[in-house]
Amino acid sequence: MIIIKNDLCDFCGTCVAVCPADAIELFEARLVIDQEKCTDCLNCVKVCPFEVLEVKP
Amino acid sequence: MKESYDVIVIGAGPAGSTSARLAAEGGAKVLMLEKDREVGIPVRCGEAVGDVGIKKVIELKDEWIANRVGGVRLIAPDGTIVAVHHQGVGFILDRKRFDYDLAMMAANAGVKIVTKAYVYDLIKNNSAATGVKLNHLGKNYTIKAKIVIGADGIESRVGRWAGLKTNLKLKDIEPCVQMTVSNIKLERQYCDFYFSCELAPGGYVWVFPKNENTANIGLGIAGEFAQKKSALAYLNEFMEEKFPDASVLTTVAGGVACAPYMEEIVTDGLMLVGDAAHQTNPISGGGIVLGMMAAKIAGRVAAEAIKENNVSEKRLSKYSVEWDKVGENNHRRAYRLKEVVYKLTDDNLNKTAASIMKKPEEKRTVINIFKTALIKHPKLIPDIIKVFFG
Repeated sequence: MIIIKNDLCDFCGTCVAVCPADAIELFEARLVIDQEKCTDCLNCVKVCPFEVLEVKP
Repeated sequence: MKESYDVIVIGAGPAGSTSARLAAEGGAKVLMLEKDREVGIPVRCGEAVGDVGIKKVIELKDEWIANRVGGVRLIAPDGTIVAVHHQGVGFILDRKRFDYDLAMMAANAGVKIVTKAYVYDLIKNNSAATGVKLNHLGKNYTIKAKIVIGADGIESRVGRWAGLKTNLKLKDIEPCVQMTVSNIKLERQYCDFYFSCELAPGGYVWVFPKNENTANIGLGIAGEFAQKKSALAYLNEFMEEKFPDASVLTTVAGGVACAPYMEEIVTDGLMLVGDAAHQTNPISGGGIVLGMMAAKIAGRVAAEAIKENNVSEKRLSKYSVEWDKVGENNHRRAYRLKEVVYKLTDDNLNKTAASIMKKPEEKRTVINIFKTALIKHPKLIPDIIKVFFG
């Protein structure tokens, strides 16, 4: 499962752009992952400029 | 907000505001929705533009220009500085003012603008876009439109809802971080670019001066390399080494599409413009001028389509056909170059810099540097010439 550290997030949308499952939603100051849609490809974790996303076993 | 408009534009960046303005000037009733509380903020951009390009899309106002730049310096991994003789000058914009004024110009042309408007879905009739669902200050609204223009940036979801492929592969996106810093010493007439696999693998570091003491300093790395170390970690190391006394005024993150040419940017009742349509140069990452160029076409075509009461994909594809003529060839060439340039090793870059420095100063042009760097790829030479000289 992918965890978002929202307090570190800059809400830039880079993770949204690389999500093949359209599982990430970006609000003005909030990022949400739809865990049901998420395919665990980890593109978002790899690409995040600020290391905001983390894999939790 | 009314219940229906001719055109709804989602996103109030330069491409959104420009397409909204052109559509309104052509007689359409236009609503532009911005998710953030204020147009122009935050600035996720290095703010540099070439004078030739920007003057093609808008008459520049002095108050939009933070600094005028007369030259470019390319810095090799071993520190060799190659000052490039070139073609024309550039500007470091003040994007806060620029974006704000572009939105104001759209407003004065009759565009209704709503900020803090979060679009969460597209209304469709079969495959055709017929409006949007949005949340504004805690209330949900459903608003109809004959045409929806998605100018919602790199994270575009409007395109996806319409069935267009806006998501990017890791190798076609550059995660970027930029700091606007002060208390540094600069030669304000130069834009500096650092190329090195250690500093920014698959990308580059930029130092764009806003005045003698202040600059936008940032970097982008290839998405593939970002998993080992984040863009922020790379930039922190660069700052520690080169500008340890800098005070950071702003830090922003962002993604830049360095992607293949996006062919499908239109569907029934819907068009994509700007970053949402990957209209950024795959080598430089620059997108202000390209996005505005495309947006001007899109806005005009939208107004024409409304007048003719025909918003089919076929009618709206006048936009993509016209845009193909302007942008396609150069984009494809730049992408071919990018695929090779970003694989150059530090040794390769150092050797290129050394052999360029042996040439007389007036021969140190961008084109000659590319030619030298890509000497093992002679097939790319026509691409280089056309990318830099159209």
